[in-house]
Amino acid sequence: MFEFCTDPSTLDTLPWMACYLTTGKQFGFYSAFGTVLLLLAITAPVSLAFGFMGAMAARARNVIISVIGKGYIAIVRGVPDIAFFLFFVIAFDQLFEYIRHKIKCPDWSEPIRQGNDFVVCAEAKLPLGSAPQWVHETYGFSLAVLTFAIVFGAFAANVLFGAMRAVPKAQLETAAAYGMNERQTFWRILVPQMWVYALPGLGNLWMVLIKATPLLFLLGVEDIVYWARELGGTKTAKFTDYPHGDWRMWYFFALLVFYLAFTWVSEKALDRIMAHLTKGQATTAGEAQRRAAA
Amino acid sequence: MSCWDIIADYGLRSIGIGERLLPRKDFTLCHQFTLIGSGLLWNIYFGVLALIVGFMLATAVAMGKAARNPVIQKLSTGFIFLFRGSPLFIQFFFAYFLFLSLKQVYPIFSPLTSAWLGALVVLICNTAAYSGEIFYGAYQSIPKGDIEAADAYGITGWTRFKRIIWPTMLRLAWPAYTNEAIFLFHATVLVFFSGFPAYQQRGDALYYASYFADKTFNPFVPYPILAGYYIVLTLIVIMIFGIVNKRLNRHLPQDNRPKLKLRLNLIR
Repeated sequence: MFEFCTDPSTLDTLPWMACYLTTGKQFGFYSAFGTVLLLLAITAPVSLAFGFMGAMAARARNVIISVIGKGYIAIVRGVPDIAFFLFFVIAFDQLFEYIRHKIKCPDWSEPIRQGNDFVVCAEAKLPLGSAPQWVHETYGFSLAVLTFAIVFGAFAANVLFGAMRAVPKAQLETAAAYGMNERQTFWRILVPQMWVYALPGLGNLWMVLIKATPLLFLLGVEDIVYWARELGGTKTAKFTDYPHGDWRMWYFFALLVFYLAFTWVSEKALDRIMAHLTKGQATTAGEAQRRAAA
Repeated sequence: MSCWDIIADYGLRSIGIGERLLPRKDFTLCHQFTLIGSGLLWNIYFGVLALIVGFMLATAVAMGKAARNPVIQKLSTGFIFLFRGSPLFIQFFFAYFLFLSLKQVYPIFSPLTSAWLGALVVLICNTAAYSGEIFYGAYQSIPKGDIEAADAYGITGWTRFKRIIWPTMLRLAWPAYTNEAIFLFHATVLVFFSGFPAYQQRGDALYYASYFADKTFNPFVPYPILAGYYIVLTLIVIMIFGIVNKRLNRHLPQDNRPKLKLRLNLIR
């Protein structure tokens, strides 16, 4: 990176550090933070959408849809979380390959489960064996996003389901009295008002989601945990220009600080959003806000 | 080989008793049930010990957070933020490598680098922080009248804490604390995925479940078995905590007694 980095072994501690922290591998580590943020940025809205659909299904009049919605909430919440992560990734992978196998190789005669192996024809492999590295990485990442979205969608569905029921009945009755039909009542009255009831739960969920991101490592994505283990390990002068001892402790310390800072910022931001949403609501906090302003 | 033989060979495999080698082929359902169940011993070990020690630490932390002394108050608040604000997974990793570095300087730390002690210490601190926050919240909502009544009777200091504050705090915190206990048991599955080595493949339930999933490429058997074991474990925890809840509330009239309301399963 810098000009003085040509021969690191001659440098003092400070310039050595500057050079070390700007090597290509270090940038891999930094970009992994981007991976985490990307995961959060995609997963949060997707699982909110899953949750919204789940909650809508759970409160549907139709018994079958309602049972499906409630079942989704109950099953995902009832099973140990990490097991769910490990399970879904393999299960989805095999499901997709199985479907592609059925479509692309209809005249394949051998069974798919041969003893301990899962065998599909070469064209059905996901991603294709010939695909470049980035396709493999993107595929793995998308599986992870899907898994996160399903699990957190169920949590969000539960929160939103509760929030929808917390909106005062009188509000909905007033809407009906004004001649709104059910769809209008739902979109114009219920949905705008439910967020203030949902926000504490959703905020909690956001915190939990942040803290679940290191589990990406278990799903085989090259995330910050992967890089911290990789870069922190002892390096000898034989393989690198920057030999150092076992620094994994410091790398994980950096991760710890990253997560603490992230949590702290999120807490502050959520407080602000809550204050904004409370404005004009028929709740104790809303009333207090009105009094303070008056 | 009958199922009884498998149970005899592998039933206590996770603590190093019985067959040395894990099965390599011809996995039967019995193998999977036995080994995953055997691994569950570790989850129970971590969960129970962390709960007991963490409970005492949590009481101290909660009292610290409520203390007037600003130093103690700041320390307790910081402790709670540190362990609640970061992922348990990262805490395990950091602690493991920290202990590893300490071990090189002071050999006395070497037991801490193995899971049975090192991971336990992390779990204790973690659950102490979460329960400490719960207890603190409960302490804040002790009815003012209870404490005034104690003062009126001349009960002060340690006696007031032991007889009035502590039991009321526990009573109010108990439903939330039950959830925390269930979480804690769920959290124990992270231990062997986070740096701490499984010495001679003596792992916990998830360790063996993922072993089978890797070997058979079939996640549809071991993980549901694990889930089944966990549901039973969770029910037992709920039962035990329910008994305590009953005892804590025994002085209240029948229909005023709060029921345990469970909110299961979020990742920490």
